[in-house]
Amino acid sequence: MKKEYFFQKDGVKTILASLLSIVIGLLAGIIIILIVGLTNDSIVPSSIWDAIRLVVFGVFNKGRDAATGALMFGFNPTFFGNMLFRAMPLILTGLSVAVAYKTGLFNIGAPGQYLAGTCATLFIALSVPTSTIPAWLVWILAFLGGMIAGALWGCIPGLLKALLNINEVIACIMTNWLAASLVTWAFDISNLKNVLEGTKTGYIYKTSTIINDIMVDGVQTISGANIPEGATVLATRGGVVTPKLGLDSIFTGSQVNVGILIAILLAVLFYIIMEKTTLGYQLKACGSNRHAAKYAGIMDKRNIVLSMALAGSLAGAAGSLYALSGNTEFFWTTYQSLPAVGFTGIAVALLAVNNPIGVIFSAMFMSLLNINGQQLTNLTAYNEYITDVIIAVIVYLAAFMLIIKMWISKKKTRPKLASPVVANKSKEVRK
Amino acid sequence: MAFLIRQTLIYAVPLMIVALAGVFAERSGIINLALEGMMIFGAFIGVVCMNVMMSLGWFDAVKASGNLWGAQWYLLLAMLVSALAGSIFSLLLAFAAINLKADQTIGGTALNMLAPAIVLFLVRITAKQNNLLLASGDSATWFMIKKSMWGFDKSYKLSVLGDAFLNKVYLTTYFCIFLFIVLSIILYKTKFGLRLRSCGENPQASASLGINVIRMRYAGVMISGALAGLGGCVFAVTTANCSANGDVAGFGFLALAVMIFGNWKPLPIALGALLFGLFKCIAASYATLDINGDGVFALANLGISSHLYRILPYLVTLIVLAFTSKASRAPKAEGIPYDPSRR
Repeated sequence: MKKEYFFQKDGVKTILASLLSIVIGLLAGIIIILIVGLTNDSIVPSSIWDAIRLVVFGVFNKGRDAATGALMFGFNPTFFGNMLFRAMPLILTGLSVAVAYKTGLFNIGAPGQYLAGTCATLFIALSVPTSTIPAWLVWILAFLGGMIAGALWGCIPGLLKALLNINEVIACIMTNWLAASLVTWAFDISNLKNVLEGTKTGYIYKTSTIINDIMVDGVQTISGANIPEGATVLATRGGVVTPKLGLDSIFTGSQVNVGILIAILLAVLFYIIMEKTTLGYQLKACGSNRHAAKYAGIMDKRNIVLSMALAGSLAGAAGSLYALSGNTEFFWTTYQSLPAVGFTGIAVALLAVNNPIGVIFSAMFMSLLNINGQQLTNLTAYNEYITDVIIAVIVYLAAFMLIIKMWISKKKTRPKLASPVVANKSKEVRK
Repeated sequence: MAFLIRQTLIYAVPLMIVALAGVFAERSGIINLALEGMMIFGAFIGVVCMNVMMSLGWFDAVKASGNLWGAQWYLLLAMLVSALAGSIFSLLLAFAAINLKADQTIGGTALNMLAPAIVLFLVRITAKQNNLLLASGDSATWFMIKKSMWGFDKSYKLSVLGDAFLNKVYLTTYFCIFLFIVLSIILYKTKFGLRLRSCGENPQASASLGINVIRMRYAGVMISGALAGLGGCVFAVTTANCSANGDVAGFGFLALAVMIFGNWKPLPIALGALLFGLFKCIAASYATLDINGDGVFALANLGISSHLYRILPYLVTLIVLAFTSKASRAPKAEGIPYDPSRR
């Protein structure tokens, strides 16, 4: 048997290629910071140096020294906790894109499915009375509702693709904007708009808000946790929050909760489904070659719809967990914009080469960049959009990951590129 | 009525020209998912270009001369610069897709992410806010062609068609329609067009006849980038009031949909763009839409929710796609990197 060297293992090469694209992405960001800093008179050299350190190590930043104004670095529990918190929806949207990609579908519809999940979750969490059903049960209902809503929304492009052969990219783009308008519509006619806090116009209640349906002098109205005198409480809603299970004492001052563990669990679950079960094998077979799979007796149409439904449920879960964290607010007139976390999911999946376990780490990296970008805005003349540039560069590099891998292994043979999707897939199936 | 025609054209024209941009790339064999990104970049460069000309005092000179037609030349110049910028930006896609044989969908997605990121990064640093505006005035002050500019008196009442096509219109509309026709003819009636289209169907066969497939695909993508950049500039002038904020309201993606339901052919694309423009126009201004000029806002009086009007463009696109998808035929070789050794 031929001995396989460490650096020739396919998995190792993939990881090295991903790390290399991260390094190149960061370098591109640093170069842009340098160019902009040196050509812009209002940016001083020390600020350029600060920006470069922050864009790479911002998550370790502990603020500026009060006396000297120099940046201090060290373990910052708040930023680490927030990094985990923001990685939570990214793991799930990344997983969503990755699962669809394994079936040869490009799920650019994650933003719409995310919105569908958010919408269903908010409706359930804020409408079901917690005075009759315990809050933990409402939480579960809301989470499942979000996943189901996302799955149903994901089914639409899946069905259109399977039955009518409409390009899933176009169908996803259309359903994204449809979801954005429909969600706005649903909330517009709902009674979930935040009226208890006067300053919060345009937002839905947080799921942690306690809403009391009360009767005052024969008129039904609502109040917050403080019930006015002489009112009878008809029902209590809200107060549905993801538990923190002590994570907040490790990462003090951050928003992290159990959601991150659920996200990681789902990633592991999907790794097992895709790699160890017949269902996963069938899905991947459809991605490698739809016609060959059909010839082998696999129901290709069913698998396409199923794959989009699974992808949708994951993106829906992302929206659901984010809403259920209790301290996030949803801006409901969303018809003009789509949630960025859905699109970042594409980058997460690509950096992870669509490996469910890899998605966990690449989502962590993306949320780390997000925290770094925030530091950049707060502490320097630069702004957080440079991290989006870095992410874009990484995605660009992911487009020719095969070439990078080839370059790492110094093989001179060219990879066979029959069709881009197939070329990526065939390798996965061989393993 | 005049308002409806005018406004429909304003929405339809960028869609039309950007969908044609998609046609040029895909007919040469490269999927261009990055139309949105190229539009965003073009819009940004267009606004920057106008601001540069403004700081050079060109617009003040026009104002001083009292003849606002002069500003139209500067608009034309800004459009050309945007087209050039879009073309250069598209080289990123061309290089990845043609030379490195990259996955074109991912490459396009990367450009869609890169454009808003870099635009917002630069806008925030220079303008200290998320929106780059003109230094003074807006598109209505400088670029809108009003009836007074044709020598009509303010009180003179134009016919409906005259009002629709001569009053409160933009040069961009007519320039793009002209360009659309010229480029459609080039694509179908010239040697270059035929060769370009052949590379999207069977590049190996084209190569065997001595056509340089790589060069043709580069041409396709760069024309595509130029048109998308131009479309972005048109969007910025007519819809976004000469501002650049790293967003073109999904027009690039909508153009992609228009291209697909136009079956990669210019005439159906033009019709599709008009249909979509009409629905967009109704969604944006149904409340004040006076169709037959009797002072009654018929659509607003129907009492249908504004949300429904907003959904219509997307819903109609999906339904039309559902009915036309069976007959739709994408260029055969699109998305497949060109490999001379595969016959």
